[in-house]
Amino acid sequence: MKTCLVVDDSKVIRKVARHILETLDFEVREAGDGREALDSCLATPPDVVLLDWNMPVMSGMDFLRALKNSGIEQRPKVVFCTTENGMAYIRAAIEAGADEYVMKPFDRETLESKLQIVGVA
Amino acid sequence: MIGADALSGGAMQLIGSLLEQRTGQQIAANRAWRIETALKPVLRERGLPSLDALVGQLLGARTGELADQVVDVLLNQETSFFRDVAVHDQVAAAATAMQAEIGNRRLRIWSAGCSTGQEPLSLAMLFAEKAEGFPMPPEIVATDVSAAALARGRAGRYSQFEIQRGLPVRRMVEWFDTVDGEWVARPELVRRVQFRQQNLTADAPPPGKFDLILCRNVMLYFSLPLRRQVFDRLASAIRPGGLLVLGAGETVIGLTDHFTPSEAYRGFYRASGPAATTLAAAG
Repeated sequence: MKTCLVVDDSKVIRKVARHILETLDFEVREAGDGREALDSCLATPPDVVLLDWNMPVMSGMDFLRALKNSGIEQRPKVVFCTTENGMAYIRAAIEAGADEYVMKPFDRETLESKLQIVGVA
Repeated sequence: MIGADALSGGAMQLIGSLLEQRTGQQIAANRAWRIETALKPVLRERGLPSLDALVGQLLGARTGELADQVVDVLLNQETSFFRDVAVHDQVAAAATAMQAEIGNRRLRIWSAGCSTGQEPLSLAMLFAEKAEGFPMPPEIVATDVSAAALARGRAGRYSQFEIQRGLPVRRMVEWFDTVDGEWVARPELVRRVQFRQQNLTADAPPPGKFDLILCRNVMLYFSLPLRRQVFDRLASAIRPGGLLVLGAGETVIGLTDHFTPSEAYRGFYRASGPAATTLAAAG
């Protein structure tokens, strides 16, 4: 079973994402900000991180940079999942090393499709 | 209990037969609810009080613009970019092998039943990125029975939900721009596809012979006799040795011997020589 770490400061979004991911046979972990997410990844890397952009403590972009610089051996795939839907944001995420990008609002098909593209579903 | 908007059996039959006459598509009895759901926006747009009123207008003008609109909304236009990645990998491999066989002649591909254009635009992206081995990009002809669907394909304009289905983000930023909250394919991508209206069950295929025909998730909406006719039509448009690609749940087996399963590519069917015939007694 593949593991997905859902990183979002919204409990509602985490709940919705968890529900969809569990129907896709993922084991789901949650983090409320980038710092928590980084600690979780360094302790036990998941297969994929579903990452919000704007969060307190540590943003999604700062998390991505910190993950890249952490020297982690098994770097998880990173899929941004955000309301920042402008082209400039998407390009910045790709340049920072994101593997895929989900624009909110999203549905099951979108999430499944993106997880297939990064090779974890 | 029948609701105020519910269709009577006779009205349902009339609308079902209109769709079948125009497109060959059948609506299964257990999918009849789709008729009511799909037609509600038409009622709103035209200010009609009920589905019976719509049927009354249709009876008065069955070949008019209202009938076109009704048929368009009832057609199943489910599609997505790079639908079934494995199929696209095989298309790329098969096209490369075919191009090596045919030398400098331009490879020809037909996307039959292309709906709103995601399949031919996916092929266009694939071959734009894979120029090596091709003296010129393959010709891509895309057809559909629905004028409205083709118009969307030609415009290359997709919603946020549509653009995210199957399309990797790098390709999205490479080939699309955002305009008023929608995603619009760049002209240099759309130009690679020739969109044409064609009814697979009634019209001649696009002229010339194709090396590769994709007709995925189309046959399943046709009756068995109609599938045989359509296989004949596809066979007339493909060169011997060319490849036909069907949807995952579709097959030629028992319906035609114009095509035989490809040994090299799973789910692909190779066109036989000119002696092949449709199996009239099958099914």
